[in-house]
Amino acid sequence: MSGSGPFFWVTVSFSVMGMAFIVIPMVRLATAPSLADLATAGRDPEVLRAIWLSLYTSGAAALIAFVTGTPLAYLLARYTFQGKRLVESIIEVPIVIPHPVVGIALLSALGRDTWAGQALGRLGLQIMGSVTGIIIVLTFVGLPFYLKAAKEGFESVSPRLEKVSRNLGASMWGTFVRITFPIAWRSLFVGLIMCMARAISEFGAVVIVAYHPMVASVLIYERFEAFGLKYSQPVAVWLVGVCLLLFLILRVLTLPRKTAE
Amino acid sequence: MIDLQNLWVDCRTFRLQDLTLKIEAGEFFVLMGPTGAGKTVLLEAVAGLMPSTRGKIIIGGVDLTTAPPEGRGVGIVYQDFALFPHLTVLDNIRYGLRFHRTDPGGAETRLQYLLETLRISDLKARYPLHLSGGEKQRVALARALIIKPKVLLLDEPLSSLDPGFREEIRALLQTLHKSSEVTFLMVTHNFADAFSLADRAAVINNGRIEQVDTVANIFQKPRATFVARFIGMKNLFAARFRSNKAHLGDLEITLAGPAPNGAEQVAIRPEDVILQSPAESSSKENTFAGVVKGVVEYGFFVEVQVAVGQVVFRAAISQKNLLEQGIQEGDPVTLFFEPTAVHTL
Repeated sequence: MSGSGPFFWVTVSFSVMGMAFIVIPMVRLATAPSLADLATAGRDPEVLRAIWLSLYTSGAAALIAFVTGTPLAYLLARYTFQGKRLVESIIEVPIVIPHPVVGIALLSALGRDTWAGQALGRLGLQIMGSVTGIIIVLTFVGLPFYLKAAKEGFESVSPRLEKVSRNLGASMWGTFVRITFPIAWRSLFVGLIMCMARAISEFGAVVIVAYHPMVASVLIYERFEAFGLKYSQPVAVWLVGVCLLLFLILRVLTLPRKTAE
Repeated sequence: MIDLQNLWVDCRTFRLQDLTLKIEAGEFFVLMGPTGAGKTVLLEAVAGLMPSTRGKIIIGGVDLTTAPPEGRGVGIVYQDFALFPHLTVLDNIRYGLRFHRTDPGGAETRLQYLLETLRISDLKARYPLHLSGGEKQRVALARALIIKPKVLLLDEPLSSLDPGFREEIRALLQTLHKSSEVTFLMVTHNFADAFSLADRAAVINNGRIEQVDTVANIFQKPRATFVARFIGMKNLFAARFRSNKAHLGDLEITLAGPAPNGAEQVAIRPEDVILQSPAESSSKENTFAGVVKGVVEYGFFVEVQVAVGQVVFRAAISQKNLLEQGIQEGDPVTLFFEPTAVHTL
């Protein structure tokens, strides 16, 4: 691309506009509350509890996604089978349906008057208004992001390496543990962070299944509704700070690796 | 050592059909064929990395048709080396040892032997990313050989190497084969590799074996049209035979002896066709006057196409000869070949 034609300038202008659209609201948000307000919010037990709850429920969701999603991601990366496209489309459903609908769908399947809900109830687990419910919601919305990243990670490992490993005497399990996982782990980890970031940002589905205990996004909404913009901003800044930290880690981890072929 | 009986392998796009092949213990056997002929599929079937649908795979007298890859005692080395990128050279080589713990002392001796023979002692701590093609191939060979396989399968081990490395690895393969009791089965489409390394060879095309023979015989006496074409017998003509004469239309060619029954074609290597200027024409047998129809460059040599009546012969000559003889398109020329250069099939 030559540096000075109209095409170049149009491209640059629109890029700057796009960036400004993202950056300006974030900067305005971050600079709106005074340091005193931020400090107060940072000492507010309710705020700390909500952010901690957000972090650990989304962490738990990421962990569940890791355990249940890894085999599926591997399957999708390695095998072709009838209906594979369908499976891949189903996986993306949580991304495309409106968030309150996710909450309603989960309650429809796991609510108190469903057989699954009653089975969970007998185990002492309740969905409505519980940490368990929040974790289930967050797993639902976060899982597709993990699956996508993990599948791409497994696809980047040449099947030939697995073949050589089998050929040298390793079982399929041994091969996965010694070859496939160590080469793909970076992608899996990135997937976990994506999954967790998505889970932290969830509001619409959580608010339907569990308004209480309050995760950070619900607390921000409640403060906005009850007290107005000024009171929701400091909490929002704290939550954004946490999310940015997660993405910073993500960027660092996706830097080019040294030993890759 | 390797005994394939009526083997069928089905992949999505391709299949091996009714393949029967016997390879003796300690042999260096070469499998030749064009790209997509099924050579790699055959190797993977022998290694158990590709399931066979019918037939048997017997290795060392044991039926291993359905054995898992880790229980076959068959090593494989791929064209792209397939080194584990996250492990050092030493860890790559030692990878298979943890699964073959029978004699730890012997393993250490073998490791030292392989590191020395393959000259990779200095690379032990490096990662595959930082190795040249030739170094990668030497590491891959060491990794496959350290677990003492009965059979070593080599999938075009030389084709992705620079010419210098190529000769070096070729010599190494020879050394390794001679110094071990391992049976080598190598896939290649390079004739020089086959000639310099192998005792016997098979030509495979489209999932079927076309000919199994000594390497010399495959090049001298191809038994199928495909084989003749594959090994570069570009002068391949349908002919009618009468005692020791072959008739290509009006052209009469003298053979070294009577044609075998059922022969339908004659084949002559382009390098056996000799061109002379019309002035020095002799009265020898198989001397024909023709016209140069075209000259095709092949780097070190050129192919001169000479029309004799309806038949177009191809002669391979050196660039030097082309210049000295001043051969150009449209020139009259005399061509000649010995009766012994004429093969029938």
